Amino acid sequence: MSTRKIRVATTSLAGCFGCHMSFLDIDERIVGLIEHVEFSRSPINDIKHCHPDCDIGLIEGGLCNAENVHVLKEFRESCKIIIAVGACAINGGVPAMRNHFTLKECLEEAYLDGIGVENPMIPNDVELPLLLSKVHPIHEVVHVDYYLPGCPPPADAFMKVLTDLLEGKEPSLPKEILHFD
Amino acid sequence: MSDTMKENNNTITIDGREIPFKEGQTIMDAALAADIYIPHLCHRPGLKPHGSCKLCTVEVNGRSASACTLPAAKGQEISNNTEALNGVRKTITQMLFVEGNHFCPACEKTGDCTLQAVAYHLDMLDGHFPQFYPRREVDASHPGIVLDRDRCIMCELCVRTSREMDGKDVFAITGRGIDAKLIVNSASGKLADTDITTDDLAAHICPVGAILIKEHGYEVPIGRRTFDLHTIAEPGVEPVILRKGKHADEH
Repeated sequence: MSTRKIRVATTSLAGCFGCHMSFLDIDERIVGLIEHVEFSRSPINDIKHCHPDCDIGLIEGGLCNAENVHVLKEFRESCKIIIAVGACAINGGVPAMRNHFTLKECLEEAYLDGIGVENPMIPNDVELPLLLSKVHPIHEVVHVDYYLPGCPPPADAFMKVLTDLLEGKEPSLPKEILHFD
Repeated sequence: MSDTMKENNNTITIDGREIPFKEGQTIMDAALAADIYIPHLCHRPGLKPHGSCKLCTVEVNGRSASACTLPAAKGQEISNNTEALNGVRKTITQMLFVEGNHFCPACEKTGDCTLQAVAYHLDMLDGHFPQFYPRREVDASHPGIVLDRDRCIMCELCVRTSREMDGKDVFAITGRGIDAKLIVNSASGKLADTDITTDDLAAHICPVGAILIKEHGYEVPIGRRTFDLHTIAEPGVEPVILRKGKHADEH
């Protein structure tokens, strides 16, 4: 059996980083965790790309722009297991509330007609990722292996899922901590 | 034979448990009286059964039927809490989630929402189907009540409560299928111009967050609400497996 650590990559797509903050609420338990886990691409270490042989990818957030789709595909290609973390990854969440409106309406409200807007102009720099016309949950684009609901999922839920996977068990949660909010 | 004895012989069997029923009771009435949970959304004791949500579908002597509308009859053998029925119920619940705009973290009703609680009960993790993200009208015209159609599941609890309990006729469903929507009884189409008040039962009956009383949404903090502390049925002891489920329509 290989003795290398389990490689975990994480990303926040159209999310608020709240799931990552909740993950970091495992506090000092991260010391025990990194005995068994090494982090590949993640906002917590600023590594820019996934190791090609990652074990677990934690995806926070849904898909609101072309870069999100690109990143998600990199994760799917690099990670054996993809976990949709939090409400936004699972159903689009709060960012998907823009789906009631057209993209044009959203941009005009934010950058032209909104209260307090100065120098009204819709940003169109080539460096900016192209917005999708609707926000989508990640399972509409890649295969998802596990769902970890919550907004955010509590730190204990992250620990439980990672511990289960490290022990070679099917990840599960006690019913009491399965929540959508 | 006396009436009492006759009544004592009136029993049905749900998942192997024999329970009594009274003449005129539905399967749902008898189950509720015996503390047997049959998942349901559009049913509320005291209101005329509607039979629309289909979550309470059970198998009665091998045939599917809605527990809330089918009268209990002597000797019925009923299957309720089975993997197959709960699988279909989960699919129905997923369809309800994707055809509306149900964003639990952004809803005042979260934790007290029956739709959410049923989803928890059925170990629902995702909506499975492509999201509709429909555009529906919010009516905040009334000083005390907000009507957010994004979350309406067309159960008609408000329609029936207004008519049967409040003696008014504030709500109705218009249109069919995907075009169905909740409307209110005023010339302007606005809730403010109806005769509903915050004292009406219909203002409080909504099982989801479609009809909400203004300025009271966060009196109980998230985490301390009904379904944060209790399950909708008996407390489940089995953990929830987080693996993405394979649907009947997948290979």
